[in-house]
Amino acid sequence: MKVTFEINGAEKSVDVEARTLVVDLIRTKLGMTGTHIGCDTSNCGACTVLLDGRPVKSCTLLAPMLEGRKVTTVEGLAQGGKLDAIQEGFHAEHGLQCGFCTPGMMLVGKALIEANPHPTEDEIRWGISGNICRCTGYMNIVKAIQHAAAANAAENVAGVA
Amino acid sequence: MFPAAFDYTAPGALDEVLSLLSQHGDDAKVLAGGQSLIPLLKLRFAAPVILVDIGRVDGLEGIRRENGHVRIGARTRHRDVESATELRGTLDVLLDAAPLISDPLIRNMGTVGGSICHADPAGDWGAVMLAVGAEFVVKSASGERVLPAAGFFEGPFTTGLRSDEVMTEIRIPVGSGRSGGTYLKLERKVGDFASVATAVHVVLGGDGRIAAAGIGLCAVGAHSIKATAAEAALVGQAPSDELIAEAARLAGDAAEPKADIRGSAEYKRDVARVFVQRGLHTAINRAQGATA
Amino acid sequence: MAVDTTEAAAAARQAMGGIGVSLARKEDARFLHGQGHYVDDVVLPGMLHMVIVRSPHAHARIKGIDSSAAMAVPGVIAVVTGELLAQHKLAWMPTLSGDTQAVLATDKVRFQGQEVACVIAETKYIAEDAAALVSVDYEPLQAVTTPQQAIAPGAPVIRDEKEGQTDNKIYHWEAGDKEATDAAFARATKVVSLETFYPRCHPSPLETCGCVADLDPVTGNATIYMTSQAPHAHRTLFAIVAGLPEEKIRIISPDLGGGFGNKVPIYPGYVVATAASLLIGRPVKWIEDRTDNLISTGFARDYYMDGSVAIDENGKFIGLRVNLLSDNGAFFADAQPSKFKAGLFHIVTGSYDIPAAHIVANGAYTNKAPGGVAYRCSFRVTEASYFIERLVESAAVELGQDPVTTRLNNFIQPEAFPYTSASGFEYDSGDYPAAMKVALDMLGYDELRKEQAEKRARGELMGIGVASFTEVVGAGKGKDYDIAGLRMFDSAELRIHPTGKGILKLGVKSQGQGHETTFAQIVAEELGIPASDIEVREGDTDNTPFGLGTYASRSTPVGGAATAIVARKLRDKGKLIAAHLFEADVADIEFDHGKYNVKGSPDNVKTIQDIAFAAYTNLPDGLEAGLEGVTYYDPPNMTFPFGTYLVVVDIDKGTGQVKVRRMVAVDDCGVRINPMIVEGQIHGGLTEGFGIAFMELITFDDEGNCIGSNFMDYLIPTAWETPRFELGQTVTPSPHHPIGAKGVGESATVGSPAAYVNAVIDALSHLGITNIDMPITSDKVWAALRSKGVTE
Repeated sequence: MKVTFEINGAEKSVDVEARTLVVDLIRTKLGMTGTHIGCDTSNCGACTVLLDGRPVKSCTLLAPMLEGRKVTTVEGLAQGGKLDAIQEGFHAEHGLQCGFCTPGMMLVGKALIEANPHPTEDEIRWGISGNICRCTGYMNIVKAIQHAAAANAAENVAGVA
Repeated sequence: MFPAAFDYTAPGALDEVLSLLSQHGDDAKVLAGGQSLIPLLKLRFAAPVILVDIGRVDGLEGIRRENGHVRIGARTRHRDVESATELRGTLDVLLDAAPLISDPLIRNMGTVGGSICHADPAGDWGAVMLAVGAEFVVKSASGERVLPAAGFFEGPFTTGLRSDEVMTEIRIPVGSGRSGGTYLKLERKVGDFASVATAVHVVLGGDGRIAAAGIGLCAVGAHSIKATAAEAALVGQAPSDELIAEAARLAGDAAEPKADIRGSAEYKRDVARVFVQRGLHTAINRAQGATA
Repeated sequence: MAVDTTEAAAAARQAMGGIGVSLARKEDARFLHGQGHYVDDVVLPGMLHMVIVRSPHAHARIKGIDSSAAMAVPGVIAVVTGELLAQHKLAWMPTLSGDTQAVLATDKVRFQGQEVACVIAETKYIAEDAAALVSVDYEPLQAVTTPQQAIAPGAPVIRDEKEGQTDNKIYHWEAGDKEATDAAFARATKVVSLETFYPRCHPSPLETCGCVADLDPVTGNATIYMTSQAPHAHRTLFAIVAGLPEEKIRIISPDLGGGFGNKVPIYPGYVVATAASLLIGRPVKWIEDRTDNLISTGFARDYYMDGSVAIDENGKFIGLRVNLLSDNGAFFADAQPSKFKAGLFHIVTGSYDIPAAHIVANGAYTNKAPGGVAYRCSFRVTEASYFIERLVESAAVELGQDPVTTRLNNFIQPEAFPYTSASGFEYDSGDYPAAMKVALDMLGYDELRKEQAEKRARGELMGIGVASFTEVVGAGKGKDYDIAGLRMFDSAELRIHPTGKGILKLGVKSQGQGHETTFAQIVAEELGIPASDIEVREGDTDNTPFGLGTYASRSTPVGGAATAIVARKLRDKGKLIAAHLFEADVADIEFDHGKYNVKGSPDNVKTIQDIAFAAYTNLPDGLEAGLEGVTYYDPPNMTFPFGTYLVVVDIDKGTGQVKVRRMVAVDDCGVRINPMIVEGQIHGGLTEGFGIAFMELITFDDEGNCIGSNFMDYLIPTAWETPRFELGQTVTPSPHHPIGAKGVGESATVGSPAAYVNAVIDALSHLGITNIDMPITSDKVWAALRSKGVTE
């Protein structure tokens, strides 16, 4: 069946089986491999994408559910060659090791600080609790998100001034 | 891991949904947020012939207060209940339960009605709805029914909903008394199903006595359990530590847990007791602090 | 080892990205953009997809396999069975421990999840649909699910296909001195015993295992992209197993989404995909789903341990006895040096000066998945560390001492290094009391003990756990340590190009540890070429020197040493070139952080970049061109990192829930090359240790059905449960390592489980509760409390 949606700002129309999982659609049909498969049972969040701005698990979405909606993947974070604040944060704070959970963590982090620009450590930990990282022990992921929040805040101040 | 093949349709109007359901009967499955159904499809525990996606039907989402009820559209996401802070003081138990459902990403997709209809014995909303005395509005091609939560849950993944019906709304009566409640959940980690959870909702009368009490138990039986003996013991009484302890004991007795990897039956029963005891203290404190 | 510690040197190091600099990682960029390249991202023209049909039974005879329905599905290319493989002599393969393992079952299945057939199809959706249609006729047999059952008389023989195998025993192995130990126990004034079980857990890297096998029928070239922590060793084993010519095999291990030991063994899926690609003439991709990974690939632990410590009248440990019974599953596939049947468990004397020790280890086959890989640990060091640290806790309780006191009384003293342990290790360096002191100060230990006493008086449960581990990591030396005969050296090849920038190629393989940064920093330190100018390459057997790979915390001890040594070789060659350029005697050339000068003329320098250019443009007569070298480093000894971990817990009496309030970890891993990366490694290890202590478990029911076969049941901590770690350090360099570094990747997973468990026991010991086996779930704590009459 035909499904039309927007991904990272570009409209796509694809012909897929209805049972196609969104993560497979993105990885196989669209050839964007930054969205990963870690568990198959919606426990790990390696497949996280933003659906109309909210983070969801793309292994637990069927392709036709995308009809008319907007998807953001890790490939859509950097704009015009400039890293998003969340990407800068993960780099500066060593928020990634093997990199497998990183796309999902960054997307959740980005959505989180957009909804709550000054999150506490508890709010960050709660916010990323749908995503598993096996390497970092989360300490530096928390710092990375704080780093991005601080950078955004600084930019907003600069923007106002 | 992915589902076996199926047909898929996403009607834009409820009438179409109902007509498809009456046409396909047990071969059809309603898809709302999909957070319970899609994992079942992927594990191939479920293999419907056709999925009827209600995602494009208008009017199934939102929380509003009307005619002495809080009315929650069946397709309202868990996340939206979580942020419905206007329910604080009226339906504390909903606000406490919502953030404990699965994990933040699942809550962005999963729906209240979907979770209730899925009727996992460890699903959180069942116990909450029993505690607050909710009613479920269900529709089919042949008309509308309003089913009380009490009696709705019949067994694991089994409810009073017919295969040609779809839930459209949850109605929760909210009276004029001071109310308080809470939801306590023991889970092994975020995203896990409850090992044990308890929903408590009390309403205090003008005299400070307990005018109404609702207690729902989660994951300690074949379906969500309403602890009716415990509720009855509370109603009409002035709150006291002894009363609460006795009600908690009765609630523990109402549990019918089975031993599994999460613990023994004795353990689960005792945690149900402990949680109801703690929950009642919190609920009554909150109600006493509330303004009617 | 000499690291210059002056301020000027520090500034130079910072600019250079040398040792001690928390340089942001060079490899981050691709991951931040979603451009990491993992095996499942490999797409080749004409690529097919493979799905494995697995046994639902733990033990059953195969009476027949009917694949006709699967073959009839459009898009299915082949169904491979054990019978087909047997025709190519590939139905069985050797394991890393010298046993054999079925690639696809022919006679019997021996564990639930065992590989029985493989479906190869145009898409993975078709392959999975068809796999469900492969019909296998099984005759179920009695399952053996514990090693105790396995070694009991009359147990069904699991490995009845092995000639001469009449029971389920795999090995009997002893270490230490029995006589001396018996004598110590005979004169002990107190003997404290502990019986405990370290349950089966699983490394579960977030990326599962898989491969893309691409065999070119025309050229005979075999390119295999695979999730491999040890690509060179795997190439050799592939040559042996599949009979392929080794020069035609190229293993490419691209970015790995974690490993933790899980990607050390060779799994049947790799072998079948390779064979299928050869037979079909098209590339074949096989990627596990999470259940495949959990139920069939390398698990860890499953170790039953009991033992005693003999204590003299002064509270000194004088002897240690330990008995082990290991559940190895259906095939003995442990990854460990071939001489040691129980890995390096004999490090069990730990941080303590125990003059006599005796260890007896037995291994048994059961109807469970094979494995025995080291989940972030150096060959059973984790089990050993857990046992001794738990036993010392018991000893402290029995002696009526603070557990810190018991440890301080028995630590190997700083002046005793190098120290030879009763089981034969030579510890390189250490200062255990110093690490303990830093940890106690960070925690505010005495205050917390006071708080605990007050809480206990009120009936509240709070505990403080202590663990002071010592690890043995960084194998070889090659004479003593080998895997399947391959000596455990490791390699580095450094090529400095004419413009003074270069490539470092390694035999080890990062799974997220940041090798591209850390190893460039070693070159920066040694040669004075900025780390940003050194590109690090790993994981492609065609383009890197032979090495044994990354596991058992050996990359820095062995590959890091190789890197320093090869850099020094180039530095020395640079002196010859500098002498030529200065027209001076080579003996008069000095080198300091990238600058050569003639003794006495420190201001007239040639930079390493000048020298590199000259190496290709202006050489003295008789000197070979180029500034390149390769080193195969065979370490003279292992390294012995250590530390003290302290944990504070509060326990809910009503539910048995344990909340970790504080976690202080003081590690001494010698010189830290990139402190930020080291701390990241420790954070990760402490989290995995936390998971093991409280939730990670693979268990089986009586029929051998695996419980813990997906992430709904195999529980991995999220950010919410995970404690907030407070890290500290001491630095005791390794005297034999060129830059004084020790391995650190696994310290925290090795050391922390005992600290967590000791904290729980410390909260409960006054009630008479002496042990709860991991994972410490709330129901177990509740049951222990109720057994002592404690209730809410």
